[in-house]
Amino acid sequence: MTKEVIIEKINNFLIDEFEVESDDISPDADLKETLDLDSLDFVDLVVSVEANFGVKLVGEDFVNVKVLQDFYDLIENKLS
Amino acid sequence: MGIYSCIGENLAEVKESLYKGKSGIVVDKERIDFGYRSPLTGMVSKPNLKGILTRKQRISIGEEGEYAYMATIEAFKNAKIDQDFIDANQVGILYGNDSTTKSVIESVDKVREKKDTTLVGSGAIFKGMNSSVTMNLSTIFKLTGVNFTISAACASGSHSIGMAYQLIKSGLQDCIICGGAQEINPYVMSSFDGLGVFSMNTENPGQASKPFDANRDGLVPSGGAATVILESYDSAIKRGAPILGEVIGYGFSSNGEHISTPNAAGPSYAMKMAIKQAGISAGDVDYVNAHATSTPVGDANEAKAIFDVFGEHGPAVSSTKSMTGHECWMAGASEVIYSMLMMHHGFVAPNINLETPDEDAKKLNLVSKTLDKKINVFLSNSFGFGGTNSALIIKKI
Repeated sequence: MTKEVIIEKINNFLIDEFEVESDDISPDADLKETLDLDSLDFVDLVVSVEANFGVKLVGEDFVNVKVLQDFYDLIENKLS
Repeated sequence: MGIYSCIGENLAEVKESLYKGKSGIVVDKERIDFGYRSPLTGMVSKPNLKGILTRKQRISIGEEGEYAYMATIEAFKNAKIDQDFIDANQVGILYGNDSTTKSVIESVDKVREKKDTTLVGSGAIFKGMNSSVTMNLSTIFKLTGVNFTISAACASGSHSIGMAYQLIKSGLQDCIICGGAQEINPYVMSSFDGLGVFSMNTENPGQASKPFDANRDGLVPSGGAATVILESYDSAIKRGAPILGEVIGYGFSSNGEHISTPNAAGPSYAMKMAIKQAGISAGDVDYVNAHATSTPVGDANEAKAIFDVFGEHGPAVSSTKSMTGHECWMAGASEVIYSMLMMHHGFVAPNINLETPDEDAKKLNLVSKTLDKKINVFLSNSFGFGGTNSALIIKKI
């Protein structure tokens, strides 16, 4: 899966399922603050990632994830 | 008050159905495939809450909570309560609910499939607990008062109003959202259907529920939600609220006998207790909304109890379950609303499908056709598994 496809899929489920405004989505957007994702949302992120990429994330995976670019990179690394 | 019922999804629709004696019972084909003995049920449409509630709110709310939300927003509108009032006052919630079967089964099925608990998502826990309705509505509306669920089988909704009445009467709260919610899906009623107590009249769904009739062959399950706002008189007057009626009596008891077979003594005691608390005589009651579900033993014992309390020439009696089916955890609250609508519009809704009253029912003043009649005081009965009984008396203001 190319990086572009990964980004597109992530952006799509953030907009469709998490109701994030498309204008708020940018690589430097802070997941917690800009995208307003709380601890419960991170559980649902795990569900969406599993459904979209077949990859199961755990809590430790998010330790260094601050902005959306970190999240894109995390998924890319998991898939590589 | 607000209502989301199989005979109407708002107060105006429900009033029309009650007056016309319209049944809300249908055949649910999904239940036949699922293995039900009887596919009859009351049915409501699924509320579309996208754009009304946020994603975070929607993923934590189950079917019964969605119905309760719909009923509650109508109740707030009807009561002229807005978010500013809620933010400035300690509004509580005591709501009746006794199952979240669909939510529990769907989340456990997901764990079985995925072998991973995280993959059920964050909302599953909040949808699956029995207090789901109160935990969701209290956070959606930012309530700061009393907050818990009343689980008392088919008397849950009635006891929630009774408990709210007690808290307000004792001065502990000024405004409480109460009511009852009941999920409608093949999962929730399957074990109840297994007891063989549901009507099998699939040829004529609208005639299946026939409380007090000699040829009744069982109840019809149903659901939805009903919300009643209880408020202290002072609070209601202070904010200029439309006061619809006054709760003047709440009687309760437990049969102390069989888990499912009701008796006459327990209900009789609850009704007498409510009448005594109300400071009225039995003759002051103009209408009794019977619990009668259309089961052979239950209806007969309630008829005996009503006769014991009111005697010859008693008040008008009808069971609105003849139209709605048995709304179970919701019924105690919805039937207060049905009776309130009758009181306000001056009629007694019919006990439809009553052709041949049985020996006990013959002694009652049963209303089988819509009766235009002034109601000043009504009593609403609700009984449940385990022998829990609740009787509420409400007076016109």
